Amino acid sequence: MVTGTAVADGARERELVRLVRQDCGSCHGMLLTGGLGQPLTPEALREKPAESLVATVLHGRPGTAMPPWKSILSERDAEWIVERLLRGFPKEGG
Amino acid sequence: MRRLMLLLALPFALLLAGCAGQAPVGLRGTGDLGIVIERATGRVAIVDTTARTVLARVEGLGDLSHASAVFSRDGRYAYVFGRDGGLTKVDLLLARIERRVMQAGNSIGGAISQDGRLVVAQNYDPGGIKAFDATTLELVADVPAAYGDGGRRSKVVGLADLPGNRFAYALFDAGEIRVTDLSDPGRPKTAAYPAGMQPYDGLVTPDGRHFLAGLFGEDGVALLDTWRPEQGARKILADYGRGQEKLPVFKMPHLRGWAVAGRQAYLPAIGRHEVLVADTGDWRLTRRIPVKGQPVFVMARPDGRQVWVNFAFPDNGWVQVIDTLSGDVVRTLQPGKAVLHLEFTPRGEAVWISARDDNSVVVYDTTSFARLATLPADSPSGIFFTPRAARTGF
Repeated sequence: MVTGTAVADGARERELVRLVRQDCGSCHGMLLTGGLGQPLTPEALREKPAESLVATVLHGRPGTAMPPWKSILSERDAEWIVERLLRGFPKEGG
Repeated sequence: MRRLMLLLALPFALLLAGCAGQAPVGLRGTGDLGIVIERATGRVAIVDTTARTVLARVEGLGDLSHASAVFSRDGRYAYVFGRDGGLTKVDLLLARIERRVMQAGNSIGGAISQDGRLVVAQNYDPGGIKAFDATTLELVADVPAAYGDGGRRSKVVGLADLPGNRFAYALFDAGEIRVTDLSDPGRPKTAAYPAGMQPYDGLVTPDGRHFLAGLFGEDGVALLDTWRPEQGARKILADYGRGQEKLPVFKMPHLRGWAVAGRQAYLPAIGRHEVLVADTGDWRLTRRIPVKGQPVFVMARPDGRQVWVNFAFPDNGWVQVIDTLSGDVVRTLQPGKAVLHLEFTPRGEAVWISARDDNSVVVYDTTSFARLATLPADSPSGIFFTPRAARTGF
């Protein structure tokens, strides 16, 4: 059971890495260095509280091009993404 | 004798390149060539649309997320604009990088002038456009997108070439359309037109007359008649979504690569599962066509009889075909996972579609909808064929 959960989580994490790199990347850049959207590098996010970043991912930022992702991502997904963004986001397949 | 040596040397050079395993290309034309961006690996595949094969791959183009390309008017060179500000001139025949410059920190695409002498990049950071000599890639003009009190610079979107070596583009942060005249590159002349909130992309009509900028911050499209610019930009299609709540937009639509078929222009609705149709005579909405998801690219087959549409995440596994005579969706296809782009062969008998997450490019017959070929490619995104060299707005 423990192994099964670990495998499932690993698969979800790989999906999330791909989603962030490829789909968030269409605005924020595949290297997350910014585009139409802000850069999402650890340096760029350093001053921002994790909870507000999680809220931005889930609910978007009205008045900007940032959409709410809550139909696609769970709260746990968003927390994992933000935590990894703050540490330096993994590369695909890495 | 000297001339004879040169004549002998050229095929020899091609042969050598062939031996290196990179460019098995003999003496040939480029009218049926093109490139496929392999965005994860920073390289492009050079493809032959007659043989439906990859001829060679060229590496070392940097960050190619959101890359696009234009072609020299002799159809030999592709100018590839990378996200990281790299501008790379690729020789399609020798399958190698001819020249490469880093011209900005964050770039979003480019265009080539009517006379083919200037390659112009549109940049997010620092916001503005830059013009380069198409032969040498030397910088010949730098036009910042300064706005407000002049201290801020806007991200530039929607750059399109106009007749007379002029270029139209939109300022995302400033809500303006600008037209820069580069007929004397040493002295660029720029005019600005208020357009609306957050223009996200632009296109020019096939005749080079009307520049359209899609608006993200409000419903509608800003339209500038570049034959009568003194009238300013006006808003069209402003009422199509009145009272309806928009869906979250997970990917901005792309207007570039116009879909003007006959008298009608086909445009992606933003935040809605619709393609909008406008009459290019009076720019009034004539129809809203329901489709499977939020459209990203809405592209007309060269003869204008069909319009092909792909969609934003999470509907990006689908492609739909609209018959322009009836205005109905006549086919729904599943080319693969994460369809990012499509490009028609020069006269449109086939279409090439990139399926990023399947690592493949799929070729369809546009009459029978049969799959003609599947080519392996590493996270393919944009597909660009050389006939773009001869078309305004490409």
